[in-house]
Amino acid sequence: MAIESAVTHTDPMAPDRKLPPEAASPERSHRSALRKAGWYVLLSALSLVVLFPLYMTIVRAISNPSKALLTGGAHLTPIDAEWDSFTRAFNEGNLGRPLLWSLAVTLVIVGGQLLTSLFAAYAFAFLDFPFKRVLFGVVVATLLLPIEVTLVTNVETFQDWGWIQPNQNGGQAFGALTLPFLATAIGIFLIRQGFLSVPRDLRDAAALDGYGHLRFLWRVAIPVSRPIIASFVLISFLGAYNQYVWPSASVRTQMYNTIQLTLRAVTGQRLDQLNIPFAAAIVASIPVLVLLIAFQRHLVRGLTAGAVKG
Amino acid sequence: MTAVAGPTATAGRGSGRRVREAIAAYLLLAPSFVVFALFFFWPLWGLIHNALHQKNIQGTAEKWVGSKQLVDTLTGEEFRQGLGVNVKFLVLTVPIGVVLGVLLAMSAHRRLRGIKIFQTIFSSTVASSVAVSAVVFLTIVNPEIGIFRDVGWLSFDRPFSALTAVSLSSIWRNLGLTFVIVLAGLQAVPDEVVEASLLDGYGPVRRFFRITIPLISPTLLFLAVVLTVDAFQAYAQMELLTGGGPAGGTETILFKITRLLQPKDVGEGSSMALGLFVITGLVAAAQFGVLNRRVHYGD
Repeated sequence: MAIESAVTHTDPMAPDRKLPPEAASPERSHRSALRKAGWYVLLSALSLVVLFPLYMTIVRAISNPSKALLTGGAHLTPIDAEWDSFTRAFNEGNLGRPLLWSLAVTLVIVGGQLLTSLFAAYAFAFLDFPFKRVLFGVVVATLLLPIEVTLVTNVETFQDWGWIQPNQNGGQAFGALTLPFLATAIGIFLIRQGFLSVPRDLRDAAALDGYGHLRFLWRVAIPVSRPIIASFVLISFLGAYNQYVWPSASVRTQMYNTIQLTLRAVTGQRLDQLNIPFAAAIVASIPVLVLLIAFQRHLVRGLTAGAVKG
Repeated sequence: MTAVAGPTATAGRGSGRRVREAIAAYLLLAPSFVVFALFFFWPLWGLIHNALHQKNIQGTAEKWVGSKQLVDTLTGEEFRQGLGVNVKFLVLTVPIGVVLGVLLAMSAHRRLRGIKIFQTIFSSTVASSVAVSAVVFLTIVNPEIGIFRDVGWLSFDRPFSALTAVSLSSIWRNLGLTFVIVLAGLQAVPDEVVEASLLDGYGPVRRFFRITIPLISPTLLFLAVVLTVDAFQAYAQMELLTGGGPAGGTETILFKITRLLQPKDVGEGSSMALGLFVITGLVAAAQFGVLNRRVHYGD
């Protein structure tokens, strides 16, 4: 199964992973130095291509919008660049509020998913009960139900509750944004995998010491599976923070736009504020970039597993 | 003895303990299953119900129409046009996405000083959401301010070139993910296999096509399916870059569904969603089926 096979390739960027053996005999050292230089040239060229769109975004965000417009717009370097352009875009685009709103929504989703997944994974990994396999199958089945299946009826459900409507209040918007995502098969699947790696001896020792379920979960199971839980938290954050389709269908009041929806709202606005969408794109990326740099290894492990969701 | 059942359940300890353990398990599963029932399985049922019923203009009453609405929608112009956009988008993004992932991963899979920096750069685009990547590509393809605004095959004036322009943002966004996945696949190739191929006098080209590609083919298959599902769900990048234009020429099925959420439209929207769901499933299954025979699983 694809999920299983993906989970096994963990952490490709760890330093101790296998690499192709280098053919290094002394008489060929000159040739190999040349070849090395060639690889650096190729890697640098590819890096430039990958980074170019980001560079252009920064150029746009810090350029003076009205002067940039005079050039016809298609400029490769900043025009009259000043830090002020960026901060003004931040203020005029009102980017602070949706950023905080998005972070709040994301934290509740991540926390909720973590809690429900820990519980369910514990049951699947350590407890015996009737219909265990069937119920695990039901969990996996949710992976096969993509956004287009859930979108229409979930909108109806929240409309029936009065949470999605033209003058929804903050609580209703927050509920609609978070509630459908408080459990996830990926979390249950990954954390169960981590729990199953708890050595038998540890379980026996804990049983001898009279540990109850909660103490065993907290003192043994979670510490042992900490890396996999960290990976899950990161992909959960990434998924919740970056989502677009459901928020665009469930938020009806501009005040409750997430940062991703704000990108739509500020795109194609006034031409003399052309830098705002690009400043917004940068602001929207900052939380994820920080996480990516700080926890790259966990993120990579999580992505190779969580990629199933697409 | 504590009253709570411990972590190790040994069989034959008495039925009281087993019952308590089952109750504990169901209580632990309950939160997840409530969410799944309400927001995953109920919607699937609702989708089928909506597709088989037609609502009045106010959305207050509905009547059973059988498969008529479903058939009319799925054979109608709108759905066929949307499906065409999705398929073109898939062709524009998936093969090149896989190839670029292999290119980046092959380049960065070697022992060089500073290789981590390149690996970080190549994987960096996973940080951007679909919406962010669309805004980022406004700087490249937007008809007023994009640096490629005069490039004909990326013009927003014609449906196919507009879709090509949109596909650039998706290819770029997926680079990080494809790179990471292919790199993981390459690192799973055993050293001995590579060494053996060197001893057999295989050159780099032959090694690549005869050894590397077959060995990472399960990874590439997985990647192709992930990218295909992603292409079938494309929506935000169209909304932000082209607004679905010109004249609806870049409206994907999901794009159209998001415009059919009013009560009077949900019958049509649900029919489209069911169609998209089934088509995505069939295509993914076909990819597994056809490619599986050519894929080497290392046994």
